[in-house]
Amino acid sequence: MGGSILVDKVVHVQVSMKLEMKDSPGQLVAALKPISEVGGNIIAVLHHRDPDTTHHTLNVQIVLALPEGRLDRLVALLKEQGVHIQRIGKERLLYKRTVILIGHLMHTDLSDTVDQIDSTGFAEVCEISMSMPAINERSTSRVTIKATNRVDMDAAVAVLRRVAQQKSLLLIEPLEEIA
Amino acid sequence: MKAVLIGLGSVGRGVAEMIATKNPGITITGIADSKSGCICNEGIDIAAVLEHKRRTGACGDPAISAMDVIKKADYDVLIEVTPTNALTGEPALGYIRAALAKKKHIVTSNKGPIALAYKELSALAKKKGVALRYEATVGGAIPIMHTLEDGLNGNEIIAIYGVLNGTCNYILTRMAAEGLTYEQALMEAREMGYAEADPTYDVKGIDAAIKLVILANTIWGNGTKLADVDLTGIDLLTPDALRLAEEGDCTIRLIAEAIPKKKILRVSPRLIEKSHPLVVEGTLNALTIETDMAKEITLTGRGAGSIETASAIIGDILYIRDHYGKRA
Repeated sequence: MGGSILVDKVVHVQVSMKLEMKDSPGQLVAALKPISEVGGNIIAVLHHRDPDTTHHTLNVQIVLALPEGRLDRLVALLKEQGVHIQRIGKERLLYKRTVILIGHLMHTDLSDTVDQIDSTGFAEVCEISMSMPAINERSTSRVTIKATNRVDMDAAVAVLRRVAQQKSLLLIEPLEEIA
Repeated sequence: MKAVLIGLGSVGRGVAEMIATKNPGITITGIADSKSGCICNEGIDIAAVLEHKRRTGACGDPAISAMDVIKKADYDVLIEVTPTNALTGEPALGYIRAALAKKKHIVTSNKGPIALAYKELSALAKKKGVALRYEATVGGAIPIMHTLEDGLNGNEIIAIYGVLNGTCNYILTRMAAEGLTYEQALMEAREMGYAEADPTYDVKGIDAAIKLVILANTIWGNGTKLADVDLTGIDLLTPDALRLAEEGDCTIRLIAEAIPKKKILRVSPRLIEKSHPLVVEGTLNALTIETDMAKEITLTGRGAGSIETASAIIGDILYIRDHYGKRA
């Protein structure tokens, strides 16, 4: 929805990769080059020679951030370089959504409220800002949730909606894009 | 074109004054308020009636009722601007039925009958070959219905969402700008004349929900009722909520939204980026219409006011004149 995407924000995808390549000069540089070609940034490189290898290969673990949707292209480029990808660990929680909760947050067990999101396995609470004006008065908190994708986020917010209803909390959701 | 005017409160006065001063070719042949009425088929001296109302509190003869005016006067269009009753729609519903039975066009600002009996009234109007127009019921002066039926003709409407209650928008604007509590902002809205003595209809989101029902029935003809709307008001919001929203470059607005494909029909306070086109200030209204071809169209404008509402009503009357030919 052009121009009016609201509080939801898609961030760069963080990916960790375990690569295996020939242990010969220039190979590591060649392997890292495609990352910048797809607009990615290298966050960390860890390399170690596998002691029990009989194939004289170099194993490298890299952590990088790249714009969403570029991973397939990167994989293809690495294969062209003769790099074998042993494992890809994709940062799961790309989607962020911020909501506001109002009510007796502490008396209704805030940690349980958070647990109900975290225990879904596909979403977690990553930030809470809280304001408590006085004992026995309703408090207000801003809660940011991370989830794998839009569908999971909607499911996580549905969980929170149900919990808020049970605990008589007022949940203020963002106005999201419709499409 | 001849019209009778039923209801002489703020909106009725605005309509009468604008017809008298702008002379758009509309002759008023009957006027009634809750206590009295007057009929003059050659055309009523509007200024004299308004003056009489100002002095005595009644617009005409106590022996003449609104129903007498509707049944006995010579006219083409019923302008129905009595106060909204959201539970029964009366007395407006009875007035509209009576005028439709006489094959008269209807122009109303009254949300009650349209929200409660749209299907019946629109079918009856169609059967009688007359128009039922109610631009003034939603968004005050904003030409929402005209945009939907003319400007966006041929589009599939996918979703509508917006700010449809000026009272709530004023309260939220003041809470955000000054850090007022809900109670303080409500008191200020009362002093400014933006909130009723009993603000329940506005602050609980009921007024916005009624407007949402009218829009949904107009666009999708889906028989939506007020009870179908998922309702959350603004009366439990804290100043901290607006402050925390502000920290994320957001604010809070009471948003009415209908997205049939997702089965969403709700009125609720929402976090919204301050730069969003729906973030209007004070008593303004705003509505985004999302369609297949045009994509998003956002209309903003004054959602209430005597002359502003008269704009929507006179626009409807002239639409009928232009689309229903000399017969009207």
